[in-house]
Amino acid sequence: MAFDEETNGFKVVGTRPDRPDGIDKVTGRARFGADVTAPGMLHAVIIRSPHAHARIVKINASRAEAANGVKAVVTRADFADGLEGENWNILENLMAGERALYDGHAVAAIAATSSLAARDAARLVEVEYEVLPHVTDVDDAMQEGAPVIREGAADGSVPAGMHPNVVRCHDSGHGDPEEGFAEADLVIEERFTTEATHQGYIEPHACLGTLGPDGRGELWCCTQGHWNVQKVCAALLDVETSKLRVTASEIGGGFGGKTAVFIEPVALALSRKANRPVKLVMPRADVFRATGPTASTSMDVKIGMKKDGTISGASGVFRCQGGAFPGAPMEFTAMCAFAPYALRHVRQIGFDVMTNRPKQAAYRAPGSPMAAFAVESVIDELCNRLGLDPIDVRLKNASREGTKASFGPSWDRIGLVETLEAAKEHPHFSAPLAEGAGRGISCGFWFNHAGETAVQLALSEDGTVQLSVGTPDIGGSRASMCMMAAEELGVPYDDVRTTIADTATLGYNEISHGSRVTYASGLATIEAARDTVKKLCKRAADKWGIDAEAVEWRDGCAIPSGPNAGDFDPMPIKEIASRMGQTGGPIVGHFEATPEGAGVSFATHIVDAEVDRETGATTVTRYTVVQDAGKAIHPSYVEGQYQGGAAQGIGWALNEEYIYDDDGRLQNAGFLDYRIPVASDLPMIDTVIVEVPNPGHPYGVRGVGETSICPPLAAIANAVSNAAGVRMQDLPMRPSRILGALKARS
Amino acid sequence: MRYHTPSSFEDASALAAAATGVTRFLAGGTDVLVQLRSDLVTPDDLIDIKQIAGVRDITRRDDGSWRIGAAVSGAELAEHEALIAEWPGVVEALELIGSTQIQARCTLVGNLCNGSPAADSVPAMIAAGATVSVVGPEGAREITVEGVPTAPGVTSLGPGEVVSAVNLPPRGKGGGDAYLRFIPRTEMDIAVVGAGVSLSREGDTITAARVALGAVAPTVLLVEEAGAALVGSTLDDAALATLARAAEAACRPISDKRGTVEFRTHVAGVLARRAARIAYDRAGA
Repeated sequence: MAFDEETNGFKVVGTRPDRPDGIDKVTGRARFGADVTAPGMLHAVIIRSPHAHARIVKINASRAEAANGVKAVVTRADFADGLEGENWNILENLMAGERALYDGHAVAAIAATSSLAARDAARLVEVEYEVLPHVTDVDDAMQEGAPVIREGAADGSVPAGMHPNVVRCHDSGHGDPEEGFAEADLVIEERFTTEATHQGYIEPHACLGTLGPDGRGELWCCTQGHWNVQKVCAALLDVETSKLRVTASEIGGGFGGKTAVFIEPVALALSRKANRPVKLVMPRADVFRATGPTASTSMDVKIGMKKDGTISGASGVFRCQGGAFPGAPMEFTAMCAFAPYALRHVRQIGFDVMTNRPKQAAYRAPGSPMAAFAVESVIDELCNRLGLDPIDVRLKNASREGTKASFGPSWDRIGLVETLEAAKEHPHFSAPLAEGAGRGISCGFWFNHAGETAVQLALSEDGTVQLSVGTPDIGGSRASMCMMAAEELGVPYDDVRTTIADTATLGYNEISHGSRVTYASGLATIEAARDTVKKLCKRAADKWGIDAEAVEWRDGCAIPSGPNAGDFDPMPIKEIASRMGQTGGPIVGHFEATPEGAGVSFATHIVDAEVDRETGATTVTRYTVVQDAGKAIHPSYVEGQYQGGAAQGIGWALNEEYIYDDDGRLQNAGFLDYRIPVASDLPMIDTVIVEVPNPGHPYGVRGVGETSICPPLAAIANAVSNAAGVRMQDLPMRPSRILGALKARS
Repeated sequence: MRYHTPSSFEDASALAAAATGVTRFLAGGTDVLVQLRSDLVTPDDLIDIKQIAGVRDITRRDDGSWRIGAAVSGAELAEHEALIAEWPGVVEALELIGSTQIQARCTLVGNLCNGSPAADSVPAMIAAGATVSVVGPEGAREITVEGVPTAPGVTSLGPGEVVSAVNLPPRGKGGGDAYLRFIPRTEMDIAVVGAGVSLSREGDTITAARVALGAVAPTVLLVEEAGAALVGSTLDDAALATLARAAEAACRPISDKRGTVEFRTHVAGVLARRAARIAYDRAGA
């Protein structure tokens, strides 16, 4: 294949240089959201509802306003009126209107001269609530008689007769699953549930905002997308977008959770009222209670299989709970569910259900991991009962280039089969299992995204390169950008510095989400470098007095394209740069587009687990991730994404969950009882990078950040179920749940 | 908030006795500072006992008994080889608490006086037969560790009373102790169930045994029936089964976010058995 050969001759791509932000991060020099100050700065605290659902009768802040050091108090009245659509949802979420919709819902905020003064004054704000009935469980919220979160929130996609808490519906597929089930030798239908989990980023949301009486503002914040923050803040505060300049800090983890806006407009509203800079740092408990965990789910999956392993039919209903607002990612859950398989008969239905919980936010491949848990568990059970090899069955049914996807389109070039084959050949798959241990296999799928992207590449007078991109670096992307620019320009990696530019410096850049950064900012970087090369060649051509078309760029030098072009010594980038002021001015390449062609990505995971039959405790003893990266620009950071997805998946599968008491209050708003895995909970996670190039990227890159969390829930559940000898259908598989299942069986 | 640094336990006691508001003693601070930061407790008087002479001393007395000062940290305990040789269960129990950073601060006395039924070091101390030295307005006294906690977050210590040290009895020959806890993770967690066992053996036969359980009742329990189940046995399967039944029977847990009544009760029996096996092996070593 020509394209594959073309992408094999790299000099920089595929190597593993140190990341440019590494030294700053290990020495503490890197500046995160809470690391900045401003003269006259105030500290803000947000006052939150202790009730899951309540009418806000009255807010009396007069005592707080009179307290020592208090400079401003804001409530909903201090934000824009008349918003619609998602902007209204965002505002309603970050500052309640008539009702508090979940435990932790913001109702007011205070700015004072110290954080202690703000905290003391917060206790003086009197909020009178009329407590209303609440519901937090997805299945309960769909039942007749469940409290209605918001009347009229449903759109036209919801079938008539459903509870008003069901606000959106997705229905897709092809063929007739019933016909498929009739052809099957074995049909299994089971219900699965997953709990809401938080992204668990270590850095709480933090910002420093200034908004003056002239309507001009500056905002520093930790976010995955500062242009989005700019747009949302402008709308919620009713100022013009370009009057607010937003700078993204270093980011201490996001995983999708920092694609949303929770505090920045509050800091700006306080600043506008006090006419002072305002810093707002979320306490950890607020992060759990009032930012976005992922959706919880309740799912029914039915699959029919023939004795030879052919999946003859499949259907699923996926109910996703996304808190007190529309937006649970049920369409992704439904569309990803059967994506790894080429099926004649398939149908998937998704429901978006509202409850009295915080507004869900994106979490790494939103919706897909839960779907894989349900579908891949049923496939595992079918393989067990029919005595079939789990990889052979998946290979037999695998989606391939040209087959019709479960959600409609035909696949372009994809790498699922290659991941399955690599998994089958991996020593892990054939390693003997210890007595009482179990092995689990799962595939996973994520779409990947491209999005609006703008970059600029400026040459310095010494020939080094300043690359400005607009996508916050959440996974080592600055290293990858430097590498792609260096590859194109033929300069050393260390000669390129990549900066995350602020909103005033580049055109609009979509959020760092959808595993898009290395794909889209990478593509833009390559195009900007190629634009720069054209300009460099032109300068050399002018100097040599030949046509620009007769000049080529090779190994960091302009050279004549052939003997006919003339006989000139190669002209290095440093030479051209040193004279650029006299030869036509600054040399800057740029690229702006909404690329199309983000290649989808598949993965196959292998997990071994042991279960303590006396306590129900699970130990993950071995873990192997096999995933298609298209082309790994920086293999270490690709491997890091694979390992990170697996680690988060282990937490989600085993111990992480939002626990609500009967009163609708979150019981575990801290890292003690919200149990993300610690290092000693994890085995070394082995990785295999499969490279099936994406035709939509100059180097073949596919996004890798999200697919890695799609298979773990299912792969771990399959390993645990096989170890325990009992099918685990509810996550998390906390010890008490496993022990209960073992007891129920015996 | 007033911050005090008395130079004697008598002064510390006098400060606490004279205080009229909320008072907290501060040693490692691994509970007090967390409570302060999360607005659970804001003391009017915070009495730091770390300036008192001897609070960080570990002393082995001539009779083989031990005195561990009130501010000895987990990290210091974990590096004391002679103490580990005699009371490995007590040391491993304190060592389980928190992270490396917390280990540099956390203390046996703080863990006890915080009054949590899930405190890791308390079942180990009770199993060991430990006592605490108390200084108060009425003078000094010595009470058993099991006599300190009376309810979650509540102790039997009177106004102005402060614990100055933990005392461990002479270990003697053929002794061994062990502590196990169940947590859903491997580190950085709070006991869902804890079990401490200390026993002595002559040859293969157990001559004395004490069993204590954490996180299965409002206070850490000394389960005398469980200890009695082991005495006279060679830790055979029948003795272990009786031990587990006695441990389960003593449990009066609650169901909460960390575990259900059924789970805690079952696991208490499992851990008691497992801890007994470790203590028995250590006693025979």
